[in-house]
Amino acid sequence: MGMTMTQKILAHHAGLETVTAGQLINAKLDIVLGNDITTPVAVNEFKKAGFDQVFDKDRVAIVLDHFVPNKDIKAAEQSKTCREFACEHCVSHFYDVGKMGIEHALLPEQGVVTAGDCIIGADSHTCTYGALGAFSTGVGSTDMAAGMATGMAWFKVPSAIRFELKGKLPANCSGKDVILYIIGQIGVDGALYKSMEFTGEGVASLSMDDRLCICNMAIEAGAKNGIFPVDNVTRAYMEGRCERQPVEFSADADAEYEQTIEIDLSKMVPIVSCPHLPENTKPATELSEIKVDQVVIGSCTNGRMEDMETACRYLKGNKVADGVRCIIIPATMQIMKECVERGYVTAFIDAGAVVSTPTCGPCLGGYMGILAAGERCIATTNRNFVGRMGHVDSEVYLASPATAAASALTGYITCPKEV
Amino acid sequence: MNTHGKVFKYPDNVDTDVIIPARYLNTPKAEELALHCMEDIDTEFVKKVQPGDVMVAGWNFGCGSSREHAPLVIKTCKTGCVIAKSFARIFYRNAINIGLPILECPEAAEEINAGDEVKVDFDTGVIENVTTGKTYKAQPFPDFIQNIIAKGGLLASLKED
Repeated sequence: MGMTMTQKILAHHAGLETVTAGQLINAKLDIVLGNDITTPVAVNEFKKAGFDQVFDKDRVAIVLDHFVPNKDIKAAEQSKTCREFACEHCVSHFYDVGKMGIEHALLPEQGVVTAGDCIIGADSHTCTYGALGAFSTGVGSTDMAAGMATGMAWFKVPSAIRFELKGKLPANCSGKDVILYIIGQIGVDGALYKSMEFTGEGVASLSMDDRLCICNMAIEAGAKNGIFPVDNVTRAYMEGRCERQPVEFSADADAEYEQTIEIDLSKMVPIVSCPHLPENTKPATELSEIKVDQVVIGSCTNGRMEDMETACRYLKGNKVADGVRCIIIPATMQIMKECVERGYVTAFIDAGAVVSTPTCGPCLGGYMGILAAGERCIATTNRNFVGRMGHVDSEVYLASPATAAASALTGYITCPKEV
Repeated sequence: MNTHGKVFKYPDNVDTDVIIPARYLNTPKAEELALHCMEDIDTEFVKKVQPGDVMVAGWNFGCGSSREHAPLVIKTCKTGCVIAKSFARIFYRNAINIGLPILECPEAAEEINAGDEVKVDFDTGVIENVTTGKTYKAQPFPDFIQNIIAKGGLLASLKED
């Protein structure tokens, strides 16, 4: 029996010819990642266990992104813990304010992660890098500490669900609609412990930003990882960007999948996920009575350049509806700079939106757009759990940048028009 | 290892944002964080929980964020164990790594009610509902994971190896 793409990457990193689903393996890690929330806990564990050096200073990445620029004194202390640890261990991929971006937008952009990698990150959205053809999964702080110390992690080899994509997305749809649709179909534990492997002729029509967004939310279906094959789109993205040589893996022709789900991209419509679970999806057209108080466009899911372009297409020359707060957060400093240079920031401000430097901020109810009781937000973020963006009696609707931007203009959930 | 206590019952898909809301994650201190355990779905939990008490929940317990703070606050509240129909992957891994006992047992998780008195033996996986007299057998952990638990968590097991 052949192996899935994920299984082949894991076998390679475990030094094994083959692996099968359910097998427990020890695999070599290419990158170990943490952020300003999870790294302090990992640092405590690392020190408590008596480790005094990281396995490779070039293979550890620490990104301050959740609560920076520091939202309060305690957050400042956590950033300081990360900074001191990074300095002490000469961590080469340490990203502080001014250099930082939201980790899952930043690491691919900076070429820190590449095809064929085996990556763990103490952040659940680490699964994003599957878009590059890497095995990448979220873990906790203790795993991060162990990974930093040894360069290894244990895994149970996952089985897989194959998503066979065909056709091409309509102009008003993006990767976000695809992944929300899938989560709506299979549920928040529909891929629990499994890989989500995206294949088929439809893959070629998806941009890297679409693929990064789709893999980013694999965790919202409970998956261990999401992964795309490496093609010319991936190669063009990685060219001159990745600091290590990409290694291309592909699934065997006789790989075993638990299930194959066909998705016709050409039939996709704008999807919105209603409170309080990402699986509560509906077409945006069915929610036009829902009034919103706030719109957030950003996050590790949708703060990339194409997302900013889409937001600008809707907002430029128009006005955010009265009574709506529209918050736009480019995910990295490079994206922010490009938004300035292309005139997007001016367009956003003229439309009545605010623009923040990169931060996870409101996505997890940290700061920079917290909701009061009874308030409602449509956001391009990834979770709409109870209290996720503020008060327990507030609501978050998840949507694409196009749907969020269109809604900002009307003050109601609005299906974006084809442009 | 075993525990004996009263049951706090929760539904399917309890996410780590309600186990410990992110607005409190500006500190890594477990004692400080534990004051807010389950706050967004059960404001009474922290006031009422006694050492050894048991959380019983539905499918996909601990979904969402990878924050290890979630199993950590449950453990810091001296909860004896969590029984669920299933656990989200990262929560499952984190609980093992930090030494919070968890058991997967759909039948027990379905039938045990809030306030029931239960006894759990982790070595055998036997769950006894003292209130109703019914016993259940949870899925045992693979040997590899039992070894991590026996050695007191992932880092302790690595040091020993």
